[in-house]
Amino acid sequence: MANTVISAKDVVKKFGDVTAVDGISFDVKKGEIFAFLGPNGAGKSTTIKMLTTMLRPTSGELELAGHDVTKERDSARKAFGIVFQDPSLDEELSAYENMELHAVLYGMSRSIRHKRIQELLELVELWGRKDSMIKTFSGGMRRRLEIARGLLHEPKILFLDEPTLGLDTQTRNLMWNYVKKLSDEKGMTIFFTTHYLDEAEAVAERIAIIDHGKIVARGTTPELCKQTGTKTLEDAYLKLTGSMTRDDDNTGNNNGLNFKTALRNTRLR
Amino acid sequence: MDILSTLWLRQIRRYTRSGSRILGTLGQPILMMLALGYGIGAIYKQAGAGDYMEFLVPGIVAQTVLLSGVFWGMIILQDKRFGFLSELLVAPISRTKILLGSASGGATISIIQGLLVFAVAGVLGFRPYDWLLVIPAFFVLAFMCLALAFMGAGIASMVDDFQGFQGINNLIVMPLFFLSSALYPLNNVPDFLRIISTLNPVSYMVDALRYLLINQTHFGFKLDVVVIAGTCVATMTFAINRFHRIQM
Repeated sequence: MANTVISAKDVVKKFGDVTAVDGISFDVKKGEIFAFLGPNGAGKSTTIKMLTTMLRPTSGELELAGHDVTKERDSARKAFGIVFQDPSLDEELSAYENMELHAVLYGMSRSIRHKRIQELLELVELWGRKDSMIKTFSGGMRRRLEIARGLLHEPKILFLDEPTLGLDTQTRNLMWNYVKKLSDEKGMTIFFTTHYLDEAEAVAERIAIIDHGKIVARGTTPELCKQTGTKTLEDAYLKLTGSMTRDDDNTGNNNGLNFKTALRNTRLR
Repeated sequence: MDILSTLWLRQIRRYTRSGSRILGTLGQPILMMLALGYGIGAIYKQAGAGDYMEFLVPGIVAQTVLLSGVFWGMIILQDKRFGFLSELLVAPISRTKILLGSASGGATISIIQGLLVFAVAGVLGFRPYDWLLVIPAFFVLAFMCLALAFMGAGIASMVDDFQGFQGINNLIVMPLFFLSSALYPLNNVPDFLRIISTLNPVSYMVDALRYLLINQTHFGFKLDVVVIAGTCVATMTFAINRFHRIQM
């Protein structure tokens, strides 16, 4: 399909004996808003890490905008922007300096840097605070800046890993409205994970639900409800993944720290 | 080039914005010079070995850049813990560039710290025997700083938390300083100490500075230069190798 921007084929990731992602395949089309849902430790973050070149898949193929993620890494990297689950700003630099550093890292020419930075900082309403150090920013401000930074190099794909965690309703609405606009007007492909199912229902055009490293269901919200014979996305989700809570640490690959614990436990290194 | 200089500038900015840290890291070397320089200096003179303060200053400078190199190598650990490293690692640039930019920034900061200690030593009465040789001494200092910044970066790439880093600090940095020629001449020390100190690259760094600043040498300047260059290459290889193995 020429229209496919993200493609995963039989992707497997093992950390020693632990299989975090167990042969998943999916396609995301250009301009689509795609939600990736699943309980803690289901393999969401590991998948995003593989898609964004931070982890190498044990086997399988991943392509971003036609570039193989492992073979043409730098081209693949230029094609996406990301808002990480955990904070990722330099606390001791100002907002502007964080943006500028990003622009340089992505090889943006000097002439357009300043204009783009101003545009995006105005968009997330941080232009007035551009010279303040990040350590003086609230959680919401940091998130907004990270979104602006992720968009700075005009990526084709935007990854959002639990982007609204800890944000107030105003910021969440602002963010999702803008994300929808990016997808409609610029044809940007959005791939996001969240634990807020109302958000996924409202924003996502297509949804995949992952559990124990496998995709257990996919489709639009009505399709998922139909498949499971339920009325809302939340009911469908709970029916598919069960209502038991999960323990992050046991599955051991939800974030960088746990992942390292998993590595150590399984003596991969 | 743009990328390297920007990563370099990032380190310098962080340094210049941390006034308390600049002063804090200078406190220890000043204390060492006052306590050891004057305290032990008196006995040293009685033993007919000459001016101890003069002997000590290159050693204290080495200690300063050793601590500072490791401290600023720790920035990689901070980036790892506070998430900024993710931003760097998904950028379309090679990890080698990230490492070289950050480490050269760290080395520059160490050079500044080393020069500050020299200035303090000057206030305490230290004078190089030939002002012209201060220029090659500066280059020796620069390569020392680079080698030690790489060492710090390599260690920081291997550990996951600050406690672990502290442990390594005590296990590696302290012996590198105390078991070198920084504090005492190697001529009359017991064999085991001489052997360890002879195997310790920091000894050669101190020795090179001593040769250029006060015209004393134990190993000979040529050997010093060879060892410093070799250490630089070794620590750089170590740092690049370790940094490439980081997984977030």
